[in-house]
Amino acid sequence: MTVPISWYLLLSAFLFACGVTGFLTKRNVITLFMSIELMLNGVNLSFIAFATRLQTLDGHIFVFFVMVVAAAEAAVGLAIIIAVYRTRETLNVDRVNLLKL
Amino acid sequence: MHQFLFIVFAVFCAGGAINLLVQRKTINSALSLIVVMGSLAMIYLLLGAEFVAVVQVIIYAGAIMVLYIFVIMLLNAGDEEASKGSNVAKYFGIPGLFIGGIIGIGVLLKHRPNDTPLKLGALYGPADQVGMLLFTKYLLAFEVTSVLVLIAIMGAVVLARRSDS
Amino acid sequence: MPPSSTDYVRILPEIVLAVWGMAVMFAEPLLGPHTSRKGLGVFAALGCLLALGATVFQAQPAYAGFGFYNMLRVDHFSVFFHCVVILVALSTTLMSLDYLPAHKIDKGEYYALILLGAVGMCLMSSAVELVLIFIALEISSIASYILAGFRRHSAESTESAMKYFLLGSFATAFFLYGVALLFGATGSTNVFRIAEVLNTSAHIEPLAYIAVALIFTGLGFKVACAPFHIWTPDVYEGAPSPVVAFMSTAPKAAAFAVLIRLVIDTASPNWFWVIWVAAVLSMSVGNLGAILQSNIKRMLAYSSIAHAGYLMVAFASASNRELGISAAMFYSAAYAAMNVGAFAVISHMAGSHERFSSIDDYAGLGRRSPALAAALTFFLLSLIGIPITGGFFAKFYVFSAALRTHLIWLTLIGLVNSGMGSYYYLRVIVKMYMNEPRTTAPVPPVRLGVGLAIAISLIATLWLGVWPNAILHYTQGAPTILAGK
Repeated sequence: MTVPISWYLLLSAFLFACGVTGFLTKRNVITLFMSIELMLNGVNLSFIAFATRLQTLDGHIFVFFVMVVAAAEAAVGLAIIIAVYRTRETLNVDRVNLLKL
Repeated sequence: MHQFLFIVFAVFCAGGAINLLVQRKTINSALSLIVVMGSLAMIYLLLGAEFVAVVQVIIYAGAIMVLYIFVIMLLNAGDEEASKGSNVAKYFGIPGLFIGGIIGIGVLLKHRPNDTPLKLGALYGPADQVGMLLFTKYLLAFEVTSVLVLIAIMGAVVLARRSDS
Repeated sequence: MPPSSTDYVRILPEIVLAVWGMAVMFAEPLLGPHTSRKGLGVFAALGCLLALGATVFQAQPAYAGFGFYNMLRVDHFSVFFHCVVILVALSTTLMSLDYLPAHKIDKGEYYALILLGAVGMCLMSSAVELVLIFIALEISSIASYILAGFRRHSAESTESAMKYFLLGSFATAFFLYGVALLFGATGSTNVFRIAEVLNTSAHIEPLAYIAVALIFTGLGFKVACAPFHIWTPDVYEGAPSPVVAFMSTAPKAAAFAVLIRLVIDTASPNWFWVIWVAAVLSMSVGNLGAILQSNIKRMLAYSSIAHAGYLMVAFASASNRELGISAAMFYSAAYAAMNVGAFAVISHMAGSHERFSSIDDYAGLGRRSPALAAALTFFLLSLIGIPITGGFFAKFYVFSAALRTHLIWLTLIGLVNSGMGSYYYLRVIVKMYMNEPRTTAPVPPVRLGVGLAIAISLIATLWLGVWPNAILHYTQGAPTILAGK
């Protein structure tokens, strides 16, 4: 029993699309941020799937670095969210609108 | 067996992702994201990416999500307020995503001819081999990550520090 | 085989910047809470100068070539962008010396972040491996997010950091997905290997097209070109002025360097029309938007979108590699010089809490402070593209490159746009010289730091405008040695 690679790729594209949808529709900053994590997870699955098809470990390394970057982003992002919360007392992106978009 | 395991974890994964979108409470979204990450780790194992699967659980599900939940608790982020979404998202983002998705699926279907079926653990990536690559070919990238982490730590300290007299 | 000493010379500027950044970081807590951090700033500026020296040292022909297992490559192209980034970092450090105490954010971490961020931007221009490009891009982005929120007690500043962060990470995810697909389509993450596969294989996998589109989306956010520009005005308005000087030039130049290496140099499929449309949109949106603004930082934000558009014109004409790429390089240097200069003046004028950032606040500046007004006028004239300024030759090379590759329509649209653009720059100049000042309060005296920053930008802008040949000659050396040819 085997699984074709395109199944993995479709799952990864689905995760990515869910992340994009979340980013565009959700209103809570932390949820927006989690949607981005979801997108990154989708990308990681693509890397692993392609690495398996190409029989090279380079894809695994890339995933490793993506995780490091995601961790760094999480630390900074959550710090920014805390700083915004202190000056604003809200986590709703629509309320954070002193500057007009 | 492979197919069965894949389908089970893929369903978990997709379900978690959808649940993240429909939940109104931030904490529930975070928990469903953990489900996604956990089942992704299993899918990595199916592909033979042993090291990545372990790191996925330890770093992603373990460290990053704990940080999220900690911040959610700290800021008491409860229900999401219902408010109008932005117009840009409504009129360009969603249709754009839809069109992009169709194009993507079309390309993937076209791509099928050289669609390789994968056996269980098709590319075995144990920690020692990944480590060898990390410290030879990707040495510079690995060292440069330290700068990235340093910036992140410094940034978190600078931004979240209580106001100083 | 461990890396040789030549390998280390190839990352010498980055090593210097990183060591200096860490030294600043370590020194910060040793200073008491009430000590001025100006010394740290001067120390950081010294580090920039040393890094510049290291770049010059590295530019010797002996050190050109690949280093660290083909991770990066030192060539004219990378050396050029190293110089731009380091000079911008130097000017930013100098103009922040008095800005930070005045805004009560006098922290050593600020200088450390600029230096460490510059490490990422420098690496972006020399990296030829997507892994390294990605990490360098993230270093530069994360440093910019933090710097944008550095006035953390001000709601505007933290809000601008949040918007920048959310949209920036969103863009990063797109970039990354593009990289993943490119990896799948070509089987490699090395830029030269990818170029080889794309140029030699008879059948390009359709995945490669989607990959290039996604990568372009991701980098488009970073350079603020048109469909992806929405964050720019907000972020620039809220961020501290010296930081805007930094992040509107250095990370942008670096991102353009990545775009050149990745999209043009690999001769990626079907990028031409995408870039054509992005160029036209950026120029029009930027110039039309800028006309409506009353805040000078917002106006310059829109103007930076327009300038990204002019740069895209150079990209569109890169079918003639030598002309297109060298015009793009020249333009990014000229834009960096004049924009940093303009923001140096603005950050001096800003006052506490960035109160004076409306265009009306500049009324009568010609009488209140003739020197500052003259400097700002010079930078604005350069942004319009008046002869003897760097902006003139930058636009001249871009449009002549476009004409020579027969992009008549694009050139016409670009020229109409620069005509339109001159309106809002001139409006500021007219305000400064023709209108009565709003207040009689004297402009604070120009301190050494800001003065030096303005002087560096002035000299650079003037030099590019009067003797462009040396730089142009250098940039023309770059395209021929890119792509391993």
